Amino acid sequence: MTPKKIILRFGKDIADRPIIYRLARDYDLVINILKANVDQNKEGIMVMELTGANYDQGLAYLKTQGVRVQPLAEEVFRNEEKCTSCGACTDICPSGALYMERPGMEVKFNSDNCIVCQICVKVCPVKAMEVRF
Amino acid sequence: MAIEKTYAEINEKIKSGQAVVLTAEEIISLVEEKGISEAARSVDVVTTGTFGAMCSSGVFLNFGHSKPRIRMQKAWLNGIQAYSGIAAVDAYLGATELPEDDPCNNNYPGEFRYGGGHVIQDLVARKPVRLKATSYGTDCYPRQEIETVITLDDINEATLFNPRNSYQNYNCAVNLSDRTIYTYLGMLKPGPGNAHYSSAGQLSPLLNDPYFMTIGIGTKIFLGGGVGYVAWNGTQHFPEIQKDAAGKSYGPTGGTLSVIGDLKQMDPNWLVGTSMLGYGASLTVGLGIPIPILNEEVMRCVAVTDRDLYAPIVDYSEAFSQRIPGNLGFVNYAELKSGRITVNGREVPTAPLSSYPRARQIAGILKNWIQQGDFLLTEPVKPLPSYKDNISANTLEIKELQDK
Repeated sequence: MTPKKIILRFGKDIADRPIIYRLARDYDLVINILKANVDQNKEGIMVMELTGANYDQGLAYLKTQGVRVQPLAEEVFRNEEKCTSCGACTDICPSGALYMERPGMEVKFNSDNCIVCQICVKVCPVKAMEVRF
Repeated sequence: MAIEKTYAEINEKIKSGQAVVLTAEEIISLVEEKGISEAARSVDVVTTGTFGAMCSSGVFLNFGHSKPRIRMQKAWLNGIQAYSGIAAVDAYLGATELPEDDPCNNNYPGEFRYGGGHVIQDLVARKPVRLKATSYGTDCYPRQEIETVITLDDINEATLFNPRNSYQNYNCAVNLSDRTIYTYLGMLKPGPGNAHYSSAGQLSPLLNDPYFMTIGIGTKIFLGGGVGYVAWNGTQHFPEIQKDAAGKSYGPTGGTLSVIGDLKQMDPNWLVGTSMLGYGASLTVGLGIPIPILNEEVMRCVAVTDRDLYAPIVDYSEAFSQRIPGNLGFVNYAELKSGRITVNGREVPTAPLSSYPRARQIAGILKNWIQQGDFLLTEPVKPLPSYKDNISANTLEIKELQDK
């Protein structure tokens, strides 16, 4: 069975708890972390492949801990031709994936840091940020 | 000896390919190195640029006559109404007009995905646009309804005419309330959680000619990727020198331009349909103005840097909306561009809404046009009012008609 890729989102209130450790130890799940960005001052995010007999119980445990889980079916990308480097997204993006390169003031997008919250898709004035399924 | 150059002399140099042209960014290091006098002597033209949302934009259209003719009392382009209370088959499509069935902010914050500005970009991109018009019939214009498809090349005239563009300076917007707000300066987080500004700063046209010494009626400009002209002062043209409560000066603000040009020679890269979440639709306009270096005073003005130019910090949760005067202090564009400023003792991330890289590109394109001898400078037919004219804003008061 192909491992399922999922996104876990942690509020900053629970970013200091050993949740992944419990997932491995108490539920005996195989965890392959593909991307993680956990900061106690911000929303944390983790993208992982998760497999094991207790998969559903593991997911239920995550929910009891206040972790929001969603399948990784979407990806945000930037339409380079449309982006005008205005910068309006750069202080809205919660993960720093969209940022301003100084002093040139070009907007850069590092998709590795993207947590697919999609807020840039809404705030981009020229609709240069798109969601790919 | 004082340096004095005329428009004719500068144009002769442009025609012979001898003119020295720099952008408003490039001139800074030259002046720092050589000083005002030497720079004024050696440089003939400095080019500026700006690329930001300019809501007060639109296009006059003449569609040509159908057979039989229709007067067009009401007209829509891709479902967006164009004002047609002018002569038969003339209309004005405004950048912020929305489809009649747009949910607007009923679905807060509204997305405003398609509006007049987007239609203008589609026209310039040579995309086919649906035209619908209705009218009462007359003996000379009997048709009462028409539905067809047009392109920019099919119609007679398309004249971009923007009543208020190229704001000299702008507020730096913050949100002092406890909820996120959506403004024409973008999404502002509470706290304040961020600060937005919208100016090209040291590249901005009217910040490089703060006293309107060279930019006036008839000035030939870069507009939407093509050539345009300054038609008049913009609406709400209230040029002034900003001062704080103690009387300290923070430089120019308040000027605006009304600009005009043939849409058919413009480019969709420089006229971009724009959607401001929770606010509305608009048009992002690329605009650049060449400044002839007539004398040292003009050179002193174009040598201005981001460190010398200030924006007032304004609360958009209350002070702006309730028209409460005053501000939370001034911040210069070098600080704004650094990405962090301090507001009410708190460090706040900043972001621009106007593209500095595109502004730089516009100044560069205009520089090339002039260097190639394709673009001559025009002496204004009439200067625009400056801060010396002391124009102040009128407000709109709620009154009732008094019986005599």
